[in-house]
Amino acid sequence: MSTEVAFEQIFGRPESLKTNPTHYCPGCGHSVAHRLVAECLDEMGLREKTIGVPPVGCAVLAYNYFNFDMVEAPHGRALAVATGIKRVHPDKFVLSYQGDGDLAAIGTAETIHSGNRGERISTIFINNAIYGMTGGQMAPTTLLGQTATTAQAGRDARLHGSPIDISRMLAVCDGVVYVERCSLTSIKQIRRAKKAIKKSYQCQLDDLGFSIVELLSPCPTNWKVSPKAAWAWVNDEMTKTYPLGVIKDTTGYEDKK
Amino acid sequence: MPSEKMLMIGSHVVAEAAVRAGCRYYFGYPITPQNELPEYLSARLLEVGGTFIQGESEVSSINMVLGASAVGARTMTSSSSPGVSLKQEGISYMAGMELPGVIINMMRGGPGLGNIAPSAADYFQATRGGAHGDYRTPVLAPAGGQELVDLTFVAFDLADKYRTPVMLLGDGLMGQVMEPVIFPDFIDLKDLPEKDWIVDGCEGREPRALFSMFLGQQGELYQHNLHLQEKYDKITAEEMRWETNCPDDAEMVVVAYGTAARIAESAIEELEAEDLRLGLFRPITLWPFPKPALRELSKKVPKVAVFEFSLGQMVEDVIFSVGERAEIYFHGLPGGIIPTPADVADFLRSAAKGDGKVGRRIDV
Amino acid sequence: MITRTTFAGFGGQGVLLMGYVLCHGGMHKGLDVTYFPSYGAEMRGGTANCTVTLSDKKIASPVASKPDALVAMNYPSLEKFEPTVAENGTVFLNSSLFTETPSRDDIEVLQVPTAELAREVGSDRGANMVMIGAVCAKTGLLTVEETIKGMEGALKGKEKFFPQNQKAIERGFAFVADGK
Ligand SMILES: Cc1ncc(C[n+]2csc(CCOP(=O)(O)OP(=O)(O)O)c2C)c(N)n1
Ligand code: SF4
Ligand SMILES: [Mg+2]
Repeated sequence: MSTEVAFEQIFGRPESLKTNPTHYCPGCGHSVAHRLVAECLDEMGLREKTIGVPPVGCAVLAYNYFNFDMVEAPHGRALAVATGIKRVHPDKFVLSYQGDGDLAAIGTAETIHSGNRGERISTIFINNAIYGMTGGQMAPTTLLGQTATTAQAGRDARLHGSPIDISRMLAVCDGVVYVERCSLTSIKQIRRAKKAIKKSYQCQLDDLGFSIVELLSPCPTNWKVSPKAAWAWVNDEMTKTYPLGVIKDTTGYEDKK
Repeated sequence: MPSEKMLMIGSHVVAEAAVRAGCRYYFGYPITPQNELPEYLSARLLEVGGTFIQGESEVSSINMVLGASAVGARTMTSSSSPGVSLKQEGISYMAGMELPGVIINMMRGGPGLGNIAPSAADYFQATRGGAHGDYRTPVLAPAGGQELVDLTFVAFDLADKYRTPVMLLGDGLMGQVMEPVIFPDFIDLKDLPEKDWIVDGCEGREPRALFSMFLGQQGELYQHNLHLQEKYDKITAEEMRWETNCPDDAEMVVVAYGTAARIAESAIEELEAEDLRLGLFRPITLWPFPKPALRELSKKVPKVAVFEFSLGQMVEDVIFSVGERAEIYFHGLPGGIIPTPADVADFLRSAAKGDGKVGRRIDV
Repeated sequence: MITRTTFAGFGGQGVLLMGYVLCHGGMHKGLDVTYFPSYGAEMRGGTANCTVTLSDKKIASPVASKPDALVAMNYPSLEKFEPTVAENGTVFLNSSLFTETPSRDDIEVLQVPTAELAREVGSDRGANMVMIGAVCAKTGLLTVEETIKGMEGALKGKEKFFPQNQKAIERGFAFVADGK
């Protein structure tokens, strides 16, 4: 590979990303996730038919970074908004991008029911086990023992309930065809995540049903650790509560191969 | 072609009118006394190639409306009071994002679960914005029958013209009463002005985003609010609607809207025999409230009698309009009971005499 | 001319259908009409009622202060609505089910043995059609043809019931004409 090509690959931008610098903290998983979402759209030629719905959370300004049409949603309602969009334009490509508070707390009903209706929507779920935007409060996905500004002695199952595994909850819904959990904290997993995102897009293009890719994502700022330590914590701790891998797959894609 | 004359209940009338006005996307959650409306559309929209979704809640339903609107559809939701409270969040976002959409509220008794009898106690919520932020929603108050058809069309047109959510404010009784109506022909969606602001995929153009958040330090939110206010001023200047039926020598004009106005009108008819010269002023837009028209009327008529299905909400707008130009009398009934024309006639007799037996004089 | 009629009885007695028939007949005749049913919680416990207004002018309120006529298909309905009937109004009673009469003496009463008359014309379930026939005949609101048209409008899509219902309506008219 020539150095030029390598340079372009490492520092270039997919067309689906604008040139605006993001406001994400150093080491934040959102930046990596944005890039993956954008690369996959480019590679599948979807940018111009995509309508995205960002969350309310750290990615609330995603429309400043993604170079395709986007519609804001109130906190937690991204999948309801996306449902409205997709039902009007079944031929367009509809994407929701949501954090754990947005998707698994305030928006739980919208999430489960969009999945259960089998909405032809691809959802990217950023699980950082914390409320990033509002400054580190406990999320529904916060691990047992993990501290948060609203669980200062660490999450206690008796007091706060256990971390919720909404991806597994979604898997029991018939309308949900593909659920996979990846992380953003190793080269291998990032590659895996990219494959998963593409597969989720394909589910929508093939009109199969709802699909979701959960991405375990570091939030060094609110975990109050260095980016490096945050990566390690995802790999060593988070994956114990949220094991990586395919949770549900009724697409039949692998069988066909 | 317009339809033949048809006998239909109010909820079905609104539903059919919406379909003919080009609405193909309905999202809602069941609540009495308006279930007949979604029930009708669940079948009717399938016939015309539209989409009906029973959302998991009113919250999700209004947000489905938000999404459908953002991509250019004529879309609507409907509910009754407690459900409309849940929709307020979405309505505020739609106002901020400047998204058209129609919200039907067939009001019932409150607060809380209240009951399912008719009421008009959501006047404040409907006319004062309803949720957070500096915004207003145009509110149309039909009196039932043919006006349900006509104002449903107006609601969709206003929503598109001004890029705003519009509320049609009826009540449980109006939804259930059956009357003859004639529907205009289906509009051709192709005849509607193009929406050059929607998001539908950026093929061949720069990407667009629709949002209500303005974080800029240069006063972007301030500017946005001024822009919205300009729009509200324009609506106020151009879209007020009302109906006046008042003899020149009237000694008192009755102010009422919706079903209450119809009951009041029958009361006025009953009083004709008693030689009371009464007029009726019926606001049709509750926001913008037709203040100038009522103000003019109050210069000529010495007394104004306000009758509401609530303990006193619209009366505040009457006070703003009339001031001290005329004596104002008020009679309000809480939701949950159905007053008869005779009940209202008692109030009007009392107000005409000023004896304070039914209702009360408002001290401005 | 404005006439308000309240129909009341048990659910299942076809009370609301009588209202529809009157409404459709009135509309067919070119009158303005409104139909106002009891709804929701009021319907629990198996009672139903509706008020139909016919007028040659635009009708303002669909809610009546005092109905001109009351059709009581069971005794509780008579008890409940008798006080609301206008002076010199008319009360129609389903005498197949009860023989009590109003305590007021400023209203006219017509007892109609609806079930017996319906059976006579071979229609076990046509009691309500007999009654609406009697109501229209006595009040003069609709002719027999207009009443039948009203029934057909109200039961659009259920044409197979038309002949039976027509006989029952005609029997109601005959009962008023002949007093038996
Ligand atoms: C109705 C409402 N309630 C609360 C908030 C405040 N709020 C904004 S973002 C957020 C949580 C974000 O957490 P998450 O979804 O996990 O996203 P992250 O920032 O971690 O990516 C909250 C509570 C809001 N915007 N709206
Ligand atoms: S607070 Fe956390 S989630 Fe938000 S941008 Fe910073 S690192 Fe990312
Ligand atoms: Mg989070």
